Amino acid sequence: MSLAHDAHVTVRPAAAAQRPTLRGWPEINNPAAWIVAAILLIMPLIANGFFLIEIFATTLILGIMALSLMFLAGYGGMVSLMQLTIAGFSAYMVAVFGVSGNANISLGWPWWLAVPMALALATLFGTLGGALAVRTEGIYTIMITLAIGAAFYYFTNQNWAIFNGHTGINTVATPHFWGVNWRADIPFYYIVLAVAALCYFAVEYISRAPFGLALQGVRDNPRRMAALGFNVNAHRVAAYAFASFVAALAGVLQVWNYRQISPGSVSVGACIDILIIAVVGGITRPIGPFIGALIFVLLRTFALDFLVKLGLDGNRFRLLIGLGFLAIVFWSSDGVIGLWQSWRQRQRSGAARSSERHGRGSGQGSGHG
Amino acid sequence: MTRFVERHPAWALIVIVAIALALWLTLAVWPPGLEEAIGRKRVFLNAVFNGITLGGLYFLVASGFTLIFGLMRNVNLAHGSLYLFGGYVGYAISASTGSWLLSFIVAFILTALVGVLLQLIVFRRMEGQDLRQTMVTIGLSIVFADLMLWACGGDFYQIQTPNWLIGPIELPLVTAVKSSGEPVYLRYPLVRLVIFAASVVIGLAMWLALNRTRIGMIIRAGVDDRDILAATGVRIQLVFVLVFALGAGLAGIAGVVGGTFQSLSPGEDIRFLLASLVVVIVGGMGSIPGAALGALIIGLAEQLGSVYIPTYAIVVTFLIMVLVLAVRPQGLLARR
Repeated sequence: MSLAHDAHVTVRPAAAAQRPTLRGWPEINNPAAWIVAAILLIMPLIANGFFLIEIFATTLILGIMALSLMFLAGYGGMVSLMQLTIAGFSAYMVAVFGVSGNANISLGWPWWLAVPMALALATLFGTLGGALAVRTEGIYTIMITLAIGAAFYYFTNQNWAIFNGHTGINTVATPHFWGVNWRADIPFYYIVLAVAALCYFAVEYISRAPFGLALQGVRDNPRRMAALGFNVNAHRVAAYAFASFVAALAGVLQVWNYRQISPGSVSVGACIDILIIAVVGGITRPIGPFIGALIFVLLRTFALDFLVKLGLDGNRFRLLIGLGFLAIVFWSSDGVIGLWQSWRQRQRSGAARSSERHGRGSGQGSGHG
Repeated sequence: MTRFVERHPAWALIVIVAIALALWLTLAVWPPGLEEAIGRKRVFLNAVFNGITLGGLYFLVASGFTLIFGLMRNVNLAHGSLYLFGGYVGYAISASTGSWLLSFIVAFILTALVGVLLQLIVFRRMEGQDLRQTMVTIGLSIVFADLMLWACGGDFYQIQTPNWLIGPIELPLVTAVKSSGEPVYLRYPLVRLVIFAASVVIGLAMWLALNRTRIGMIIRAGVDDRDILAATGVRIQLVFVLVFALGAGLAGIAGVVGGTFQSLSPGEDIRFLLASLVVVIVGGMGSIPGAALGALIIGLAEQLGSVYIPTYAIVVTFLIMVLVLAVRPQGLLARR
């Protein structure tokens, strides 16, 4: 986390001095980012329906959820395990207010009314949960948000009036308008991509906006920020509100993706999966959660075949995930991104040393972003 | 006690009225009007006893959790896995040897050994990085859960209750009066009462050990300030290992208990992890009396809730947690 903090400190004055119009978007000068964006845009030409939806759209949806956790954990220092619960709540609300196969529960609103309602309610839910969680700090936050997530899971299992018990709500209607079925593979992929891009850039923008900088200050030294006149708890609750909105967006996409929602999708294990995704990817930069989600989805989809091919029991997929997670947590404090960065730095310092040996030193070393 | 009454007269009055009401509800024969309003007394008493005995089980799990947290500031999210591991070990022992008591001893020793290994191999290497430790315990709980699923499958196991504990006994509590004037007494499973008594004994022993012995003094000093304790020459790593072993062993014992009066299956680890989280949040982190109080409250709330408001039982537990967080964020009996 201190790594990210240093990065912002070094990037900001340079951006302000040299390219004020760009306001410090690092992607603009990064060719790799343009390549990734182009590949994502032409993905439907490359991938067929299975890969498009089951791999890439699912990755992006899980990535958005993990992004909301990354925002809280990376910039706010608050590890919240209830982001999936908020997404699940929003998904349930879409199913409850919108149209679904369970006509006795669903109110049958059109999607353009049900979705804003679901987003608003889920954001409210997450903000209230956050207001509870900010009463405590550090590891207590993990425990309280985990307890909220578990309570919601058991509640959906027991409540039949709204959440339809453990069967959940099935055949949720997806939007059709302008003559397009937006749940068809290609339009749906673009919706997911658009929302993911929106969330990604929103998080990146906020991390540089005064609010985000104040939030990072609160993360690093809450007492000092309080002494400077910032309302520490208000910043934290506002961070929860924003992260809840992001998670709620992902929840809407998820319920459209699977067309159903049941307590199994909001179980404690799934809540922890989101944490794993964010931590494996790296929680200091918004790209991390998406990398983590890609790894997770690829593992989840192909680990079975892979393990069987190695002659092992294919059902040990979770063991693989758990061991991978342990390895990442043990050896890198910042997930895959951290590993990549330390590898690059070693390469660079190695290059610098060899060029110094040839007379001139050119390696600067501080190349974040 | 008198200081509490002097400082909070209103609260003291409420507590006294609540205790009197609870005593009256348990001891008196209910008037017909009350039976019509909230059901029969037998149901109520059964729920109360189930709640108290469940509280005993929760206390066994949560006390180890809170002890480890109190001393090492280490949120061991793999605690539920230790519980389930102890339960499976207990099942294996009692199924192969037929001895219920032996299963407790072996479960305690084996889970304590796992705890020692965890402390030596994992936590010692990342002391003071509590977030990272928490992440590691999450990873460990996933790995353990899958290993146990691999070894034991997804079936339900129940540990055989020994013969001398099977069957209900009659308690001197009148549930109703027959029309002939003959009182009907409450019948309740003996094994649950024995287990509850055992958890009370364990709780008292822990309290005595913490407050009356030298090693207890060292542990309490470590809870307050472990750096200064280490500076005074205490071999703090040894204390850590001991406490971790004790906490893990308690979880193992709780696993055998839970396997006897409930059942063991994948998923129970998360259930009991959640229960101990809520218990220690309500009672106060790192406090053994807090764990006892929290376990009692949560156990009663869960059982009474599932009898009287079945669809919202879990919400009652949750609301208690929210209420405690709103009023006393550090927990009911925490000192901080």
